[in-house]
Amino acid sequence: MQALTPVAPAIELEAIDKSFGSVHAVRGVSLRIERGSVAGIVGENGAGKSTLMSILYGLYQADGGEIRINGRAVRMDSPRDAIAHGIGMVHQHFMLVESFTVLENLVLGAEGGPLLAGGMAAARAELGRLGREYGLAIDPDALVADLSVGEQQRVEILKVLFRGARILILDEPSAVLTPQETDRLFRILATLKEHGVTVVLITHKLREILAVTDTVHVMRRGELVARRETRATGLEELAELMVGRQVRLHIDKAPLAPGEVRLRAEHLSLVDGRGVRLLDDIGLELRAGEIVGIAGVSGNGQTELLQVLAGLRPPSAGRVEVCGHAIDAAHPGDPAEMRALGVAHVPEDRLRQGMVGAFAASETSILGYHEDEPFSRNHLLDNPAVGAHCATLMQRFDVRPPAPDLRSSSFSGGNQQKLVLAREMARAPRVLLVGQPTRGVDIGAIEFIHRELVKSRDAGCAVLVVSVELDEILSLADRILVMFAGRIVGEVAGSLADERRIGLMMAGAA
Amino acid sequence: MSAPRRPLPPLPRWADMLVLPLVNIALAFVVVGIIVEIIGVDPFRALELLVVGAVGSSQSIGYTLYYATNFAFTGLAVAVAFHAGLFNIGGEGQAYIGGLGCGLAVLALDGLLPIWLMIPVAILAAALFGAAWAAVPAWLQAWRGSHIVITTIMFNFVASALMVYLMVNVLIAPGSMTPQSRPFGPSAELPTLMGPALNLSIVLALACCAGVWFFLWHTSWGYALRTMGHNPAAAVYAGTNIRRMTLLAMCLSGALAGFVGINELLGVQHRLLLDFQAGYGFAGIAVALMGRNHPLGVALAALLFGALQQGGAELAFDEPGITRDMVVVIQGLVILFSGALEHLPRPWLQALLARRT
Repeated sequence: MQALTPVAPAIELEAIDKSFGSVHAVRGVSLRIERGSVAGIVGENGAGKSTLMSILYGLYQADGGEIRINGRAVRMDSPRDAIAHGIGMVHQHFMLVESFTVLENLVLGAEGGPLLAGGMAAARAELGRLGREYGLAIDPDALVADLSVGEQQRVEILKVLFRGARILILDEPSAVLTPQETDRLFRILATLKEHGVTVVLITHKLREILAVTDTVHVMRRGELVARRETRATGLEELAELMVGRQVRLHIDKAPLAPGEVRLRAEHLSLVDGRGVRLLDDIGLELRAGEIVGIAGVSGNGQTELLQVLAGLRPPSAGRVEVCGHAIDAAHPGDPAEMRALGVAHVPEDRLRQGMVGAFAASETSILGYHEDEPFSRNHLLDNPAVGAHCATLMQRFDVRPPAPDLRSSSFSGGNQQKLVLAREMARAPRVLLVGQPTRGVDIGAIEFIHRELVKSRDAGCAVLVVSVELDEILSLADRILVMFAGRIVGEVAGSLADERRIGLMMAGAA
Repeated sequence: MSAPRRPLPPLPRWADMLVLPLVNIALAFVVVGIIVEIIGVDPFRALELLVVGAVGSSQSIGYTLYYATNFAFTGLAVAVAFHAGLFNIGGEGQAYIGGLGCGLAVLALDGLLPIWLMIPVAILAAALFGAAWAAVPAWLQAWRGSHIVITTIMFNFVASALMVYLMVNVLIAPGSMTPQSRPFGPSAELPTLMGPALNLSIVLALACCAGVWFFLWHTSWGYALRTMGHNPAAAVYAGTNIRRMTLLAMCLSGALAGFVGINELLGVQHRLLLDFQAGYGFAGIAVALMGRNHPLGVALAALLFGALQQGGAELAFDEPGITRDMVVVIQGLVILFSGALEHLPRPWLQALLARRT
């Protein structure tokens, strides 16, 4: 019957537009997703896919455009509206109360009256029905804290179905799952589809897209650049669409002349408290006078690799050798020790880690070096020397305004980053670890920071750059290592790098 | 859609440190005046009695400064912990146990040591005992994850119970009916300055103010401590051992609180007794809040609280309509306006200054 009468698509987006300040996050995106299908939305970090779905779920309001659900134009002012229209979202980070049972989490926000007993009984019956129908069986009285990550995700999906959702949005659902749990998730999605539920999957893992979806939508820099039937496309095409042509900025570099190995990692692994493998048998060498770039979609272990190399986190297995000094699980390093060995570290998140917002810029300019001469002698701070040091750094790195007494948080992102970079480069380190060198930094400062990194390399420093911006890696690195799922999946010489191939590796497809 | 309101420029430092607290105190006194009027006392006469009681004679100034000494110790204690991002609610217990340390040292040694040795030993003992009492909650937080607010509060009760036990069963003077130790010997007596209460402890308090200022802003330890307080992740990145720093900050805090025992026992009571610290530990939180956790601010706030304590006592004595409880209400309102509601007049002040410039 249904095949004869035209069915309105479950989701229709028409010219959706959204800006955050000067950032144009979503640019006139139009898409339609048929009822009872599984659609994938892929794209690099910052391509706008999560923003687009947050608009659909009412978390953000679009600046322009129209949303139609089952053919009817709707307004999404809050998630409440989205839920009323049968849309449910499972976030990458679960929103469960760990000390509650599955059933208690399920009824949270839908208790059905001031007395719990009635609502709970009804919920228990409904949970049983959902479990049988969709193959989502789970013990209603188990504490969420005792469940595995995959089971917790199932509770999230059940929560959404319990509220009557017929459209399910999943944001990077496999990011926290083991391969087996991912397979189980895909079987659940297939069952949901059989029952007419529409599923939207946001991911950057192309293999998964090919495994479960009917259609794929590719986003790049806020635009929807392609829509493909999954049957009629393949890894190569999707990777190319996702990455696009990168603008390779030209930076003058001295010819590559790598010196001795300054840092070596062997069989490095890191397993977190839940048993998830964040780093898996990493091996790398970093030589004096070269820039090694680590490319990858964020969340594939780059952050953890930097933390281990900087001494912030002990490895679970394997060892790191820095300038002849070994660090392993039995002898974990600490940041002070690494700094003393000549390892400087520009952390990925400068506001959270690299500086103290409430401190004066001069105080931030000695963070980590506050026990060193000339800033302190016998634990007595020499404040005039600290101020003079900061003024010198500010002049050399063109930090604006050049005011050592100004609060660190009052500087713009680019100037904060320049200050942190200046601090770490000031002592001519032997190894320089840099995480996301230009995140949240304006164009002018990007160029400056890139030039300084290259200068450092030319002066014989061993530089490791981790960035999710592929064009940054391409223009800076002498060698490129690609990380995926905690492993280094490929190495390319910077001069020969082919972005299509790197794109495939980043998506775990090569 | 109306245009979003432009945010007002932040207050300059001098206004934040000086004008805002004064406005807060003025607001508190306006409310106090209204209440006093309601209970049938002339508010201006009450204010006059209060001020004269606090600073009207050299004797009353002496009392004001003596109270201020206690407030300065506990205020500094809270401020140091606060700079490390720790909320030390245990000043009360640390002051109590600090006094115990001081008393034990004196009871054991006052017959042996000359005054110039006895006093430093007693000061050291007070600091050590206060620090030790703060070290336990610090250790529990740093190594075991128990929240320091909860444990320091509980340690106040433990200290209180311990002191009652010790005073009633162990340290009570033979043949005495009240739980007090024997009087201290003359070698453990701090010289008094103005009137019977003010003693040399105020010099120690001033030295502590200067010391805390120097420690926080002129040593690398103070730098690391403040880094931890503002941004623990940055402190870890900078190579600071968070656990050890938590312990250090709390020990310093506890030692400062412990000095209340010096002022009370060596300066005034000359014996170990119960409840000599009553209320100063908690008031220290308000003193630190009002003093913006800066040693100079703490000193000024301690002066104000000392004046309120002394002037309030005189007021209750001279004006039958105002009871001792009313004085507590006055102090409470000052704490309310300068602590909990401290940001209430900020936008008005900002608007005023923005219009003027």
